[in-house]
Amino acid sequence: MKGFGTAASVAGLIAAGVLATPLAAEKITIATVNNGDMIRMQGLTDAFTAAHPDIEVEWVTLEENVLRQRVTTDIATKSGQYDVMTIGTYEVPIWGKQGWLLSLNDLPDSYDAGDILPAIRGGLTVDGEMYAAPFYGESSMVMYRKDLMEKAGLTMPEAPTWDFIKEAAAAMTDKDGEVYGICLRGKAGWGENMAFLSAMANSYGARWFDENWNPQFDGEAWKAALTDYLDLMNNYGPPGASSNGFNENLALFQTGKCGMWIDATVAASFVTNPTDSQVADQVGFALAPDKGLGKRGNWLWAWALGVPAGTDSPEAAKAFVEWATSKEYLELVAEKEGWANVPPGTRTSLYENEEYQKVPFAKMTLDSINSADPNNPTVDPVPYVGVQFVAIPEFQGIGTAVGQQFSAALAGNVSAEQALNNAQQLAKREMTKAGYIK
Amino acid sequence: MSRAVTPQRKFAVTLLAWAIGLLIFFPILWTIITSFKTEAEAIASPPSFLFFNWTTEAYEAVNQRSDYLKHFMNSVIISFGSTALGLLIAIPAAWSMAFVPGRRTKDVLMWMLSTKMLPPVGVLIPIYLIFRDTGLLDSRIGLVIVLTLINLPIIIWMLFTYFREIPGEILEAARMDGATLREEIVYILTPMAVPGIASTLLLNVILSWNEAFWTLNLTAAKAAPLTAFIASFSSPEGLFYAKLSAASTMAIAPILIIGWFSQKQLVRGLTFGAVK
Repeated sequence: MKGFGTAASVAGLIAAGVLATPLAAEKITIATVNNGDMIRMQGLTDAFTAAHPDIEVEWVTLEENVLRQRVTTDIATKSGQYDVMTIGTYEVPIWGKQGWLLSLNDLPDSYDAGDILPAIRGGLTVDGEMYAAPFYGESSMVMYRKDLMEKAGLTMPEAPTWDFIKEAAAAMTDKDGEVYGICLRGKAGWGENMAFLSAMANSYGARWFDENWNPQFDGEAWKAALTDYLDLMNNYGPPGASSNGFNENLALFQTGKCGMWIDATVAASFVTNPTDSQVADQVGFALAPDKGLGKRGNWLWAWALGVPAGTDSPEAAKAFVEWATSKEYLELVAEKEGWANVPPGTRTSLYENEEYQKVPFAKMTLDSINSADPNNPTVDPVPYVGVQFVAIPEFQGIGTAVGQQFSAALAGNVSAEQALNNAQQLAKREMTKAGYIK
Repeated sequence: MSRAVTPQRKFAVTLLAWAIGLLIFFPILWTIITSFKTEAEAIASPPSFLFFNWTTEAYEAVNQRSDYLKHFMNSVIISFGSTALGLLIAIPAAWSMAFVPGRRTKDVLMWMLSTKMLPPVGVLIPIYLIFRDTGLLDSRIGLVIVLTLINLPIIIWMLFTYFREIPGEILEAARMDGATLREEIVYILTPMAVPGIASTLLLNVILSWNEAFWTLNLTAAKAAPLTAFIASFSSPEGLFYAKLSAASTMAIAPILIIGWFSQKQLVRGLTFGAVK
């Protein structure tokens, strides 16, 4: 009996100890990219943990390409290092199909998923299941210098054509004064020059593949698009454009060296910010150009938060995703940093907000996003999802290889025809190897 | 007959040496200068070299956003830990190959070097899976192990070269005096090879400190060293040059200081045995 008494006392002590110890907070690790809106989210973590004291948040912030490599390795090997991942509209359809992400259809009604912009939601949904919640959405548009346009005696229409862009570029170029009519991406990469060129080609009636996955670079539409791009850049673009990406063009535009720049809508907040931009008060916006074929040359991209299927903390992870992509989060950012800094392009209600409507680039961002359709991106039908990319795992490799050909054409190392021939051959070879073409 | 060195010749050579030195150091100098600019000045064209508004706002932004100390401590533990472990294995290995070579010693040395010829990405997935299954992902001990293994061939080769310069007769004399193998290595060989060991140690610390492939791929939040700290400040869409430069300056500062103070040993060690 004595032994039992001792055992009972020890058990009692242990039980008391367990009860007295506060429950350890559940830790979630979030992987994200180093973009302004994400850094802001990181800075507002306290607001989340205040509402969820039982959840602790750890951040891993990395450059986009490093992050993509890290999270892809993690999710493909089911390592479970991250509980929330920042992924783009390229990854979501592929990963969703693989069953690598948890469905977010079970978020509560108060989240109001129906408020998410249809174009963005469409890009994050596979077979009716939303696999990631958009944190911010972007398209591309024309940013131009109002003063130079006026000097050239032209007026930028709200929805210009490629012919007008060419005319305006010619009129605005003053090479002696180091002002170039147009700045476009030239650096090789599927997310660099190919993001721009694929979107431009869509408006020319071109497409990456036909319904049977045959590459289409030998068609007239691609030839016309590439030839016009090269003409624009060679005649009216800045020198050394084949190594220019977003940041290089941003620097050129902000220092007054570009008449027009067609790039991500997110650039609007940079070029209109007087602390960084010398031309902040002279910037106008217009929709990306078209060729009269029913499609505009703008892309659609969203950075979204997804929860990997291998997470140990699905509930806590979903709670974070719900918070960071909610209407309340947008209001929180507006309250702390002003409406111009609210992550754009995700919710209809944001664009109905009177305060937000005062932001100069708000309407053009929304119109640009609405004019892109990732499920129906081209004039002719295609078997893939994605405006400026093709949502298949092989695209990163093929897209970058084709981008290198087009970048070489811009640098003058190969002719447009040769670049298109090479692109056709390498795309055909890779698609055959991957089993798309028999 | 040695040629007379005229003052003009000396001046010209000194000038040339300074010019080459500055040219090599310029990227680092430019990074340090950029770290004191605003983001707008950092992208300005033409860039200003010294005459701009010097500011520490990039450093403030970096400190506000990241936990430098945590990354720094991880870097210190990983680089010094892997160097210490590496030396512990390499000193006896190099001793045996330098003083008691067998028929296959040369082949073994070549085989060890051949492991450096494989691109690291070729073994990323197997190592990643082993780390996942053994719970070593995102742990400092995991990185110490992997960096030790990666740098081991270089450490052994360097030590082997230094040890070979030491006359075997001295070790024989120690043995005659009754020194055991351990005493021979600890009291005779090691003190004689200190410059060599010091430069191997320093070089290995620098290599481990700067190693970015494995440290980025095998860490997440807990064990991430300064390489991950730098990687978090670059972005394809946005202005980051000043902040990235500030983060880089903070990351390289400790190793620059160590290098500065130990340059004598480093140069002595690297040229050890060059003149007989």
